[in-house]
Amino acid sequence: MEAFTRHTGTAVALRRSNVDTDQIIPASYLKRVTRTGFEDGLFAAWRNDPEFVLNRPESRGASVLVTGPDFGTGSSREHAVWALQDYGFRVVLSPRFGDIFRGNSGKSGLLAAQVDAKVVAAIWDLLEHEPRTPVTVDLRERSVVAGAGPDRVADSFDVDDYTRWRLLEGLDDIGITLSHAEDIKVYEETRPSWKPATLPARTGL
Amino acid sequence: MGLTLAEKVWDEHVVRSADDAPDLLYVDLHLVHEVTSPQAFDGLRLSGRTVRRPDLTIATEDHNIPTVDVDLPIADPVSRTQVETLRRNCEEFGVRLHPLGDAEQGIVHVVGPQLGLTQPGTTVVCGDSHTSTHGAFGALAFGIGTSEVEHVLATQTLMQARPKTMAVTVSGTLPDDVTAKDLVLALIAQVGTGGGQGYVVEYRGEAIRALSMEARMTICNMSIEWGAKAGLIAPDETTFEFLRGRPHAPTGSDWDAAVAHWRTLVTDDDATFDREVVVDAAALAPFVTWGTNPGQGVPLSASVPSPDDFDDDDRRTAAERALTYMDLTPGTPMRAIDVDTVFLGSCTNGRIEDLRAAAAVVSGHRVADDTRMLVVPGSTRVRLQAEAEGLDVLFKDAGAEWRGAGCSMCLGMNPDTLSPGERAASTSNRNFEGRQGKGGRTHLVSPQVAAATAVLGHLASPADLEEV
Ligand code: SF4
Repeated sequence: MEAFTRHTGTAVALRRSNVDTDQIIPASYLKRVTRTGFEDGLFAAWRNDPEFVLNRPESRGASVLVTGPDFGTGSSREHAVWALQDYGFRVVLSPRFGDIFRGNSGKSGLLAAQVDAKVVAAIWDLLEHEPRTPVTVDLRERSVVAGAGPDRVADSFDVDDYTRWRLLEGLDDIGITLSHAEDIKVYEETRPSWKPATLPARTGL
Repeated sequence: MGLTLAEKVWDEHVVRSADDAPDLLYVDLHLVHEVTSPQAFDGLRLSGRTVRRPDLTIATEDHNIPTVDVDLPIADPVSRTQVETLRRNCEEFGVRLHPLGDAEQGIVHVVGPQLGLTQPGTTVVCGDSHTSTHGAFGALAFGIGTSEVEHVLATQTLMQARPKTMAVTVSGTLPDDVTAKDLVLALIAQVGTGGGQGYVVEYRGEAIRALSMEARMTICNMSIEWGAKAGLIAPDETTFEFLRGRPHAPTGSDWDAAVAHWRTLVTDDDATFDREVVVDAAALAPFVTWGTNPGQGVPLSASVPSPDDFDDDDRRTAAERALTYMDLTPGTPMRAIDVDTVFLGSCTNGRIEDLRAAAAVVSGHRVADDTRMLVVPGSTRVRLQAEAEGLDVLFKDAGAEWRGAGCSMCLGMNPDTLSPGERAASTSNRNFEGRQGKGGRTHLVSPQVAAATAVLGHLASPADLEEV
């Protein structure tokens, strides 16, 4: 995974709350067996609307999504994270994330940064007046800065320590866990014999 | 100080804990399906890794598959590729698979419990958010993303931060016409779709104890719909009776040892929860949704709310959007809403007890002329059992479609979808925009309400049928 330390890019104001993962990428786009190419499904139901924020010229090339609370609730589909990344997003700012989405983001290298609702509202206002305002997110400092001058928004964001560390180092979870293979083996040796097993297979009612 | 049930199960599965990292938890049962696994198997292949414990892993086909003509090749080439990819991966990595056409095929969350693989005190994961269903057995069960699927395949463990605990205490007794689905929809309307965020929830109290395993699964299934990481119910005699004799339940002295352990899986009297919610069962009534998230619900006897009924700005805007999408006018009685399609099925309400309850309602009636009713058993086993009981005949005689097992119209990923503007009463768990097909409109209901709605052509409860 590519390390993430600091990112500056233009932002998109998605003025909605409760954007579940079915909205981020509808189920009909989940059929691919590859890991890339999911950008076509991003917010697919809304993209037909020429007025939808991603379709506006000023949104082109944006890499920071600024959205309302409860972003990424619902289905566990990691495709939601991939669709955002494949489209070009590196950071999502929201006052609250769905748990599984937040976990998936950390694993794939998308920064899901939890900010105060006031920060979201302030950046939305800023973007309304100046759509191409750059937003800088610094993972080391846990800080977000948007714009300059009197309207400048600067605040901190929350991300759990472990995810932050992994993102900063660009580490792969499986590699870390396999370094504890001995602990897993020891644990397995003490599992009771009556614990369920799928093999040998038994069937019936 | 004592421990909660969730804490006990958690502690029994910690492989490694350290100050600067989340706990490494052991996974007892990993369920796999075609949608969230291809990239995970690919990841294993790329890094030359194997599946550590094929004997704790099981796969089935559910999301993508058709529910008619199941003996023919899957028509949609992309769905077919995904299903074939699962078959190839299972073969290559030695994972047990129940494919389309097999008696044990079905929705993962119906298959695990039915085979007796879901047991009290286990950890169960799947690349699917409704894994919370398995919590009904007192298992710690939750959905994971594809990267985590790969992690579990490779290591049989997961890194997880310890969640907070919450108790939902349902006191009193449910009225006769109120089901587990009504209870959970009313709960979500009360606490909001984000109310469980960060918590593992234990459902307890008199009304929960009185529920069957099927009903408990319905409740735990929808834990994720209010944001909870997992939902669980302490195992008791109802749980043990359900498991006894199932194909993968322990036998002989193993059974005795298992039950002895399962009996310890209760929250200690002096344990404390981080938060507690109380629901009065006696005050509940059949409940339906009017909006586009599971928290936007009202009693069936109520009317479509107005955005002005909500104080909170977010909820008001969400209600406005939802009413537009659902094409509903505030003040319309819920019972006056006509429905094009009724979907009975899904991992929420596609088990045998659900089919029996709905069959009893439609029996002797006909599905309304302008309404279609799809009955989709949660698994092939459920379908076979229902057929042995003659339920298929009851449904067909009433004019309903009797189908093969799968996720079907719960999500718009297979041929069973709503058309734009089509309105459905659905026993599934998500009424999100477009969830059941682009532009489709969903009202979440119980199996009993679904059946009465099919007969009358508008949202209705079984009591409305008696008056006809
Ligand atoms: S029935 Fe619906 S909710 Fe359940 S696993 Fe299938 S798609 Fe998901």
